Amino acid sequence: MTTAPIASELDLLIGTKWKKPSFIQRPWLRWGLIIGFVIYLIAAISSVEVNWARVYEGLERGAAFIKAFMAPDFVSRWTDIRDGMLESLIMTVASTVVGVLISIPIGLGAARNIAPLPVYLLCRGIIAISRALQEIIVAILLVAIFGFGPLAGFLTLSFASIGFMSKLLAEDIESTDKVPAEAIKATGASWLQWVNYGVQPQVFPRLVGLSMYRLDINFRESAILGLVGAGGIGATLNTAFDRYEFDTAAAILILIIGTVMALEYISGIIRARVQ
Amino acid sequence: MLRLVELTKTYPTGDQALKAVNLEVPAGQVLALIGPSGAGKSTLIRCINRLVEPTSGKVYLGDVELTTLGSSALRRERRRMGMIFQEYALVERLTVMENVLSGRLGYVGFWRSFLRKFPQADIDEAFRLLDRVGLLDMADKRADELSGGQRQRVGICRALIQDPALLLVDEPTASLDPKTSRQIMRLICELCEERGLAAIINIHDVALAQIFVQRVIGLRFGAIEFDGKPDELTPEVLTTIYGEEDWEQTIEEVDEEELDEAAP
Amino acid sequence: MAIISLSDGRKTWRRFTPSQQVTRWFAYLVAVAVFVWCWNRISEATTWFFVWDAPRIAGDILSRATPPRWSYIDKLWWPIWDTINIATLGTIAALFMAVPVAFMAARNTTPSRLFIRPIALLIIVATRSINSLIWALLLIAIIGPGVFAGIVAIAIRSIGFCAKLLYEAIEEIDHSQVEAITATGGSRWQVMAYGIVPQIMPAFAGIAVFRWDINIRESTVLGLVGAGGIGLQLSSSLNVLAWPQVTLILLVILVAVVVGEWVSAKVRGAII
Repeated sequence: MTTAPIASELDLLIGTKWKKPSFIQRPWLRWGLIIGFVIYLIAAISSVEVNWARVYEGLERGAAFIKAFMAPDFVSRWTDIRDGMLESLIMTVASTVVGVLISIPIGLGAARNIAPLPVYLLCRGIIAISRALQEIIVAILLVAIFGFGPLAGFLTLSFASIGFMSKLLAEDIESTDKVPAEAIKATGASWLQWVNYGVQPQVFPRLVGLSMYRLDINFRESAILGLVGAGGIGATLNTAFDRYEFDTAAAILILIIGTVMALEYISGIIRARVQ
Repeated sequence: MLRLVELTKTYPTGDQALKAVNLEVPAGQVLALIGPSGAGKSTLIRCINRLVEPTSGKVYLGDVELTTLGSSALRRERRRMGMIFQEYALVERLTVMENVLSGRLGYVGFWRSFLRKFPQADIDEAFRLLDRVGLLDMADKRADELSGGQRQRVGICRALIQDPALLLVDEPTASLDPKTSRQIMRLICELCEERGLAAIINIHDVALAQIFVQRVIGLRFGAIEFDGKPDELTPEVLTTIYGEEDWEQTIEEVDEEELDEAAP
Repeated sequence: MAIISLSDGRKTWRRFTPSQQVTRWFAYLVAVAVFVWCWNRISEATTWFFVWDAPRIAGDILSRATPPRWSYIDKLWWPIWDTINIATLGTIAALFMAVPVAFMAARNTTPSRLFIRPIALLIIVATRSINSLIWALLLIAIIGPGVFAGIVAIAIRSIGFCAKLLYEAIEEIDHSQVEAITATGGSRWQVMAYGIVPQIMPAFAGIAVFRWDINIRESTVLGLVGAGGIGLQLSSSLNVLAWPQVTLILLVILVAVVVGEWVSAKVRGAII
């Protein structure tokens, strides 16, 4: 470390202003992005038509809704609510089971480190399709094909679960620790034995965790499938909103929130036990 | 300059980390605090600037009693105590310069600091300090790009720019290799001498402490077991602090190292 | 895992003890029974005649739906613009609300663990348990149909999601950096700005882009209940059984989703 040149460097710096270096180094890019974003925001906000008079009117209804939350009405439509919730839960459980069972082979196939290329591409294709289509659109199509009822909802949720589970599962398998897997391979195990001993133990806890998470998601999604006639609590909820029966709607929403919390709680316990 | 009176800390778990510690540090004295893990070294240092609230006892910095201060008065007093940390504790995603300037936070208002508009005098001082520790050309690097030794130098700058009267140094070398450890210790002690600062240095490495400091305090189970000059640290003393072990080895090693020091 | 003594005195190794084994089999049995029961309920509620007829209907719809009516795209530009706006403005609004909620929910930054934290957690669980379509239904009932209802629905739905991920990030920060800033004598807000914010910035940016990506998907279907965007066209096309238009809209949605995912992946790559 020579002191002379550094000292002069210091002399140069003393008294100069210091500015934090920008996140984006190139000024034209930085300002381009900032200005572009501002222009977009202005255009976007100005293109939103808000009928403030209508919104103002709505505040009263909003207040009514909040009041309804304080005094939810479980009683007057109890049979509808009970049947709807039960149907939602049934669809949730059945579709999660089927979705998980199908997603295991697809997840294995979509993991580059254990599947041959053609299988990999096929499975990744299935995942891409399943993830690109939202539940509600799939439900609309399936209702058109299979008719109204929980079967369409069940199929929708199973289909959506497959994409979700397989993708995460495949990523997990791809990121497994190679050493234990190789050690198993070195013992002369067959492919199935290798997956069973080398990969499965590492991935299984995650699989359980993901299944519980998906159960939770499926329940939340099942609540909207009724809007398009695919069964579940959504139909009852929709009717309640249509009739402005906020107290019944509030009761249903509270049940949904409560069920989601219960599911999260249970899944937390199960995940803790598996890991 | 710094006076601890019957300083006690009992954690909610019931662990008594400090048992009525009395200690006086005159201005400009560099003091090493040694002792086994869990002896309360870290707690002692943190009770001084109240990062950990002491259970009872008093801390005098100059004439000011710290343990009863309200939050804004405490902040004012904290400016007089620079702290240096074991794992450097730099804000890793900020630049070196921002990290150094963060030592001035107690002096500038929120919006000035938020907009990074520090007074020019602070910026000049930051450059001077960075130059002093040899990191001037790193000013605009992000802290997580630096090596351990460089990070600790930035940590030292951050503490010094506070213009403190006292340095609280918590295991400055625990994450560094032996050579860098010595450089950092030497730097801290030199800077303390240059600026007439008192310092309390927590340190594991007894040998290293012996080389650089003027006074050693041995802490065991939250109580002071030894207070004296570094060369008074005999095997018997170390045994009372740390427990039974062959201490001759450590002490001899010190001598050799001191010879090494003298050679080049 | 257990070593088990056989009747002839030899020892053998089994993964589970017999009682564990019985419990496991029982659990499997219960699981299967639950599934079979669920399936029966679904089956009872299904008109199987339609299901057997499904392949024919599917073929029928497919033949009617192809080719897509490309010329209809002219009527879709404006809804596409609306859809993107719903997602973007909704995400921005959600982030503004999610940040304070997250700070109130994180154990290490909450002003009060006893009073404020439970409220923040309640906001999080309530907003994220309910699908944006349901929020849209509710908002339409309150403030009337339109893009604005869509934006608000997306915003509310996203608060809980963003706040949850963000507060987890806040709880995982390196505490020593916060300690260091506190030790310099910084005020509460300065500690926040210097000690905490820089540490959670990458997480925040990642969450924002991730949620924007999800919101693009969700905003495409909000129109089904009348909350603006391309879903409105989808809904009206479905109502008049204009299948070629439906195909085109689905293709547009597919492209929007793929582009959204691509953009978010790019931005995330640039940030992290």
